[in-house]
Amino acid sequence: MKRGRLLGAYTGLVIAYLCLPIFVMILFGFNDTKGRYNFTWQGFTLSWYRHLFDIGGLTDALVNSLTIAVFATILSVVLGTTLGLAIGRYRFRGKAGLDLMLFAQIATPEIVLGASLLSLFISLGVPRGYVTILVAHVMFCIPFVAITVQARVVGLDRSLEEAALDLGATPLVTFRKVTLPLIMPAVLAGGLLSFALSIDDFVTTSFNAGQTSTFPLWVYGASRIGVPPQVNVMGTLIFVVGVGFAVVTAFSNRQTRGGREVGAR
Amino acid sequence: MTVTEGGVSVADGAVAADSSAQDVAAIELVDVAKDFGGGADSVQAVRQVDVAIRPGEFFSLLGPSGCGKTTTLRMIAGFEEPTRGRILLYGDDMVGVPPYRRDVNMVFQSYALFPHLSVYDNIAFGLQRKKLGKSEIAWKVQQMLEIVRLEGKERRRPAELSGGQQQRVALARALVNQPRALLLDEPLAALDLKLRQTMQVELKRIQREVGITFIFVTHDQNEALTLSDRLIVMNEGLVEQLGTPHEIYEQPATKFVAGFIGTSNVLQGVVDRIVGARAVVVPADGEQVLVPATGLRAGQQVELTVRPEKVVIHAGGEVPAGERSAVRGTVTDVTYLGTSTTYTVSRGDESELVVFQQNASSPTAAARPGDIVWLSWLPEHSYVFASASHDSRSPDTAAAS
Repeated sequence: MKRGRLLGAYTGLVIAYLCLPIFVMILFGFNDTKGRYNFTWQGFTLSWYRHLFDIGGLTDALVNSLTIAVFATILSVVLGTTLGLAIGRYRFRGKAGLDLMLFAQIATPEIVLGASLLSLFISLGVPRGYVTILVAHVMFCIPFVAITVQARVVGLDRSLEEAALDLGATPLVTFRKVTLPLIMPAVLAGGLLSFALSIDDFVTTSFNAGQTSTFPLWVYGASRIGVPPQVNVMGTLIFVVGVGFAVVTAFSNRQTRGGREVGAR
Repeated sequence: MTVTEGGVSVADGAVAADSSAQDVAAIELVDVAKDFGGGADSVQAVRQVDVAIRPGEFFSLLGPSGCGKTTTLRMIAGFEEPTRGRILLYGDDMVGVPPYRRDVNMVFQSYALFPHLSVYDNIAFGLQRKKLGKSEIAWKVQQMLEIVRLEGKERRRPAELSGGQQQRVALARALVNQPRALLLDEPLAALDLKLRQTMQVELKRIQREVGITFIFVTHDQNEALTLSDRLIVMNEGLVEQLGTPHEIYEQPATKFVAGFIGTSNVLQGVVDRIVGARAVVVPADGEQVLVPATGLRAGQQVELTVRPEKVVIHAGGEVPAGERSAVRGTVTDVTYLGTSTTYTVSRGDESELVVFQQNASSPTAAARPGDIVWLSWLPEHSYVFASASHDSRSPDTAAAS
């Protein structure tokens, strides 16, 4: 009995630890602050939701962040999924090297990758801006998608695809009707991860942004003179959408999980 | 290689006569071989297979694991390309044709049901690829569900079905396409014994109902003997024997077949003399074994076989009389099994014979351990092995000694 209560208290503490910052962020989006700083509670207001897009630079930065995140997600899902299929399914010369490179890419400090990417862009004479941010984001998202998809592909019964071929499906139809639906949970999870990584990336982006601003870059710049409550509101909205996606993915995962046990037999 | 059918080579024997008589073989493998890997580490999974399978036949490929039977089946399906030889489907060479353009369908050992699709969509998968109309697909799927007795389960996911039901869906999914041959890769291996026996009966019934050629891969000799019209026994990438279950059991062509199918006794001896159509082999002094004289000459060292249930045990000092094979030995073990008794009889040359005796009558004639007895059997129940070169390939499971 005592042990149960202790465990409950511990669980509660951990959850509070994880959720408190988010709660504070949401709360201060409703803070009726008067000055430049949004650090002390001064009463409830919905004014920041009404004037969400009043700060031009912030809105532009948010739009940049959102569109970059969407494009980066799409591109890294396509490239990462094909890569994950290849390393999960086939044995080929250089596979070990490729595996190592994917993990190295994740393990390497982001600041090193960002800086070296900048010197690459400079030496190639590529002007920094929207496109270089996108290229950088796709680069660091691909390994996450590839590794998630690979794990799913490895557990997949190869004879499922053979069965589709046997029943008259061309390789393309087999991929569309059998392989893709079966690895979809991993593809979705990889995509979600990519979106989350891209939308709040600061380090790599700050090296390769040129004159272009993104949401994290703008907030960092503004923090020296005071962050407007609209930032909290935008953070809240991004958070809500993200949680929504995660719930949908978890649900679709649960739907196919029963089937996966059969497929992996 | 040794492909024999009642002692006649297949190429100029029964099959050739059959194909000239009426229709072309449903599936014919001509000098097919398959190597995996290249260069020095290449493995010969299939060394040479020549076989012609008749339309509408229930044909089995039987052999121990690693004998090349599954590889052979996968070559027919198109998942593997042969290194050498031709695979003919009703006379058309299928080599190089991808699996999705071959008019054969396969039932996988793991069933390979699509877990994200309902039973209905699983069965309809092949028909949808052929772009049939919705109502035609619905009608054919419904008909198939009736044949495999799964009416009312069409909305279920495969994971919600029992092993036996999944098996039926896999069967229906393949059969609904009305392939020119159905390939079955150990489809019953994952089922428990009781269900397996039920499904054996079901398979046979379904095959009779749809009239499609079944090519069935199994390592289970009982399954192969029960289900097949004809079968081949494979070992180490070669065909040991082709024949009906009766021929394979009663006249094993090689020591391997004799050992792999059922229990078999193997005797060694020298051909003493040829008397008419019979050769007299003398395993030891005072003994004789009569076999067909075909291809034998006096003085030749031979190996021959006799099934345990063909042997009569003569207890109580009785001596066999008449035109019978007769050998002597000491009873070392008696196992009472209710309907029958199994005797193990040790012979002077340290070989052993196993004898099954029905417990129908004369319980007084029962032999006891330590008794010296005569064993006898009819001349037509012994067969000399076609070649001694198979010695090295006899299976571990062989009761032969």
